[in-house]
Amino acid sequence: MVGLEHYLTVATALFVIGIFGIFLNRKNIIIILMSIELMLLSVNINLIAFSSFLDDLVGQVFTMFVLTVAAAEAAIGLAILVCFFRNRGTIAVEDVNVMKG
Amino acid sequence: MGITDITFYALAITLLSAGFLVTVSRNPVHSVLWLILCFLSAAGFFILLGAEFIAMLLIIVYVGAVAVLFLFVVMMLDVDFAALKGEMARYFPIASIIGIVLLMQMALLFGSWQEAESARSLRQAPTPDIAEMHNTKALGMIIYDQYFLLFQVSGLILLVAMIGAIVLTLRHRKNVKRQDVVAQMQRDPAKAMELKDVKSGQGLG
Repeated sequence: MVGLEHYLTVATALFVIGIFGIFLNRKNIIIILMSIELMLLSVNINLIAFSSFLDDLVGQVFTMFVLTVAAAEAAIGLAILVCFFRNRGTIAVEDVNVMKG
Repeated sequence: MGITDITFYALAITLLSAGFLVTVSRNPVHSVLWLILCFLSAAGFFILLGAEFIAMLLIIVYVGAVAVLFLFVVMMLDVDFAALKGEMARYFPIASIIGIVLLMQMALLFGSWQEAESARSLRQAPTPDIAEMHNTKALGMIIYDQYFLLFQVSGLILLVAMIGAIVLTLRHRKNVKRQDVVAQMQRDPAKAMELKDVKSGQGLG
């Protein structure tokens, strides 16, 4: 019988894959953004699993808010990426040093 | 093992292998396609868990909008991805170490985790019986009631994101002729046309 632990295990594994992806693709910001999407997805799986096994709808409401923020983040991130590529002709993260921060 | 368990394991294997392939795939277009498979299997999870509305939302928002946005950007940018991927072998050991350490930490946490006895009594909005009210209706009842302000704010976040994305990517090219409506409206026949009385045998001079 599949229980709450099974879902939490899958979500944890997906979160770790997301972090692994960020470190593996240090230069490619598109894959980094996709890894962030994977991590947000694993958070959503956690929220829905708890919502389902505790019979509490609030988890599903907050999943919708996480979904909204993830969509907004992807849109802004890709817009910045397009803007950066237009100005510099590259998307390598290491070249982002104009502000000398 | 019932049909639910078989479906769960099939979806879990699909989800995790697709997620792994997103990160290691050589071609970013393939990465986006694996990401779409990831979202679809997560939607399958949500259906198994009884959250049908969120599952459909995930397919519409993520597969329909976000993944297509990624695909659009990947195909639009003319980037030499092979050069970016060449560095991947260098970062593989450190990435694996960080992943394994994190996984071990989570496993330690998981071993000592147990559900609080009062967890069920602390519920904010108990799910109504499925015979009484379906998932979408139950969700709507609390979103438009208890969480109305948060719902409005999330709409505002999307508006800001939309305006921000447009402002960031908008540019005016110098050598393209554009229609200037105000200039057209302000155009006066008296200034646009001039009548000259030309004497015969002479030019305008």
